[in-house]
Amino acid sequence: MRDALSLRGNHALLTRANPLAKFTAVTLITLVLALSIDWVSASVALAFELLLLPLAGLTLALLWQRGWPLILAAALGGWSTAILAPDAGSVLLDAGIWSISAGSLQLGIGFMLRGLAIALPAVLLMSCTDPTDLADALAQNAKLPHRFVLGTLAAMRLVGIMAEQWQTIGMARRARGVGSSGNPYQRFRAALGQSFGLLVQAIRSASRLAVTMEARGFGGAARTWARPSTYSGLDVWVLLGGLGIAAAAVAAALGSGTWNLVFLARQ
Amino acid sequence: MRSSTGVRPAAVTARGWGWRHAGRPRPAVSGLELDIRPGERVLLLGPSGAGKSTLLHALAGVLGDGAAGASGPAGDSEDSDETGSLLIDGAPPRAHRGRAGLVQQDPETQVVLSRLGDDVAFGAENLAVPAAEIWPRVREALDDVGLGRLPLDHPTSALSGGQKQRLALAGILAMRPGLLLLDEPTANLDPAGVLEVRDAVGRCLDKTGATLVVVEHRVGVWKDLVDRIVVLQPGSATDSAVLIDGPPDRVLAEARDMLIGAGVWVPGYVPATRLRLPARDAGQLLLAADGLAVSRERPRRAGLRDGFRTIAPRPVQSGVSVQVHAGEALTITGPNGAGKSTLALTLAGLLRPVAGTVSAAPKLSGDAGTDPYRWKAQQLIARIGTVFQEPEHQFVTGKVLDELMFGPRHLGYGADRVDELLERLRLSELVEANPYTLSGGEKRRLSVATVLAAHPQVLVLDEPTFGQDANTWAELASFLSELLDAGTAVVSVTHDAEFSAVLGGTELRLRPRETAAADAPGPDLELPEGASP
Repeated sequence: MRDALSLRGNHALLTRANPLAKFTAVTLITLVLALSIDWVSASVALAFELLLLPLAGLTLALLWQRGWPLILAAALGGWSTAILAPDAGSVLLDAGIWSISAGSLQLGIGFMLRGLAIALPAVLLMSCTDPTDLADALAQNAKLPHRFVLGTLAAMRLVGIMAEQWQTIGMARRARGVGSSGNPYQRFRAALGQSFGLLVQAIRSASRLAVTMEARGFGGAARTWARPSTYSGLDVWVLLGGLGIAAAAVAAALGSGTWNLVFLARQ
Repeated sequence: MRSSTGVRPAAVTARGWGWRHAGRPRPAVSGLELDIRPGERVLLLGPSGAGKSTLLHALAGVLGDGAAGASGPAGDSEDSDETGSLLIDGAPPRAHRGRAGLVQQDPETQVVLSRLGDDVAFGAENLAVPAAEIWPRVREALDDVGLGRLPLDHPTSALSGGQKQRLALAGILAMRPGLLLLDEPTANLDPAGVLEVRDAVGRCLDKTGATLVVVEHRVGVWKDLVDRIVVLQPGSATDSAVLIDGPPDRVLAEARDMLIGAGVWVPGYVPATRLRLPARDAGQLLLAADGLAVSRERPRRAGLRDGFRTIAPRPVQSGVSVQVHAGEALTITGPNGAGKSTLALTLAGLLRPVAGTVSAAPKLSGDAGTDPYRWKAQQLIARIGTVFQEPEHQFVTGKVLDELMFGPRHLGYGADRVDELLERLRLSELVEANPYTLSGGEKRRLSVATVLAAHPQVLVLDEPTFGQDANTWAELASFLSELLDAGTAVVSVTHDAEFSAVLGGTELRLRPRETAAADAPGPDLELPEGASP
């Protein structure tokens, strides 16, 4: 958990860009893709995003390692769309209530590609952005309230500690005779007890951390920043890149006539 | 004013000060009269419940807003109650942010940010110190606590407990406080960590001349660094909250017996404990580990390319062969990070060995298999009992009596053993209490009792004496020595040489993690009686 969030060893170009610029570029692409369910805009965006992987210090293997839940979700979404969408065109597969037609297959593939094209920039962003730097940018550049941003950042550190505590509490409870074996009801009760133990420890840790932060003067109105979050020439390129990918996706879809606004989707 | 570093030592004045936590009938502190001059170094002592932590939290300005600290309940500021006055330089602690800096007991929650330099800068940023001035302060503070050699982007999660406490101290120093408040800063540390932190505090005080108030049970560690000891007593309407006040040598001479009675670790005093019976024949073999490699990480599946085979985690310690015999003690020692607890948990059947085997001899295993890791939870507790470092992790009910009856009830035993344990570990008065509300010593005694209630033949303890007062320490050591003579095997992970001396037996000394790599020879076994080579 902690390692997954650490950027140590990643010196790729995009790690040096301002997190807010990256965040804006990702938002642009996501917004455009959310507008249309068609496979052309999604695949154009996806192709560009895959080309950007090396700039974020990612390889395909690393991408799968960090983003597999999202990738699986996209594939599953596409599959269920292909099955459940109303049939149009020739029917390719018919299994009772489920059928896949040319039209529903196209819709399903569009859905899957779109899911991937939306998920990928998020994985890309998190892979080349340190959470601390993101918090700095959100508080200093986006002017979000610093108490909220820094409080969230400090709490995120506790998540890693909680993962370790979950394991320890599990062992500690086994040593008391609470096993994670038996019938499903017994297992459920054991997991519930373990969660309660974790909750108690999490609350204790959180209140101690709150005291630590308050004792270091956290919560005052005025605050300075030891790490000024600044923009550079690179950020212009990041924004232009985001804008470019979004524009290319729309242009390609309009050009090929597949542009299909979600809220005007043809039946 | 000895300072040349921009630190102005703070003065503390308490006049009839008292504090009652929300939801508590009696005040934690009442009628406190105390004057601390700028630059004075004060060690605060007293029995648990005397309000030491409450006073420190009040001085740090963090009392009464839902986080009263380890011993106090989280409460409403509306329901808590303050009397008299407590002032730093003539003003309430909350009035000047950053005038006092607090270091607490638990290293894990002293760290705020994930990079070393950022964490030290955090306090200075909050005080709105100009950005250009912060980084010089950060480097200076890290140098002062002896962490100057680490890069500023070093991950804070990779620090040891002692290093985390020194980091917390650096974070405070970067705020340039006039008053340093330390709330049992070394209670969770091993002996090397204790000295690291103590020496760092000494260096910083010599340099800045700041005022110090430290709460600690172990007087020996701080005696030479402080110039005054104040002993508090539990609040009452008639008596003063300050019991004794004076230079360390005088207080320790005059109040020695009283302090010993209160469980304070007075220098040069080792509590009397029961002696073990003279050695008899070697006990029967119960548990044997052979070529054991241990890790807390679970094996993971490799990807498609590697054919989904299982990848074993990198062990923290390997090549360990050791035996556990009835009625004999085995002490696991070694530096931080050597995998002592991991080894103990693996022996106890709670972690799966990365390599090698742990096997139970027939006398221990009975009708269960030989691999403790494969035993069902109830089979396990009737054979091997494990007491974790943090008692709270093992509480499974809301009442002390239920907690003790939990194991026996599930195993179909009677309550005889429970009554005996209640009596023996002085828990009879507390049977109706909620385990989470007990004091540190009571929680420790309860956690030992709950595990023993299931009659295990092997007892495994992880740092049982950490942070314990001298009274609990002595009770625990005597009780374990009795158990040993009655035939239970006791395996303990400990840094406490006096504790292992009481138990006797064999010491298994683990090497540091670096040299314990794959092909290095196994750990040293000292006093090889009862242990295999």
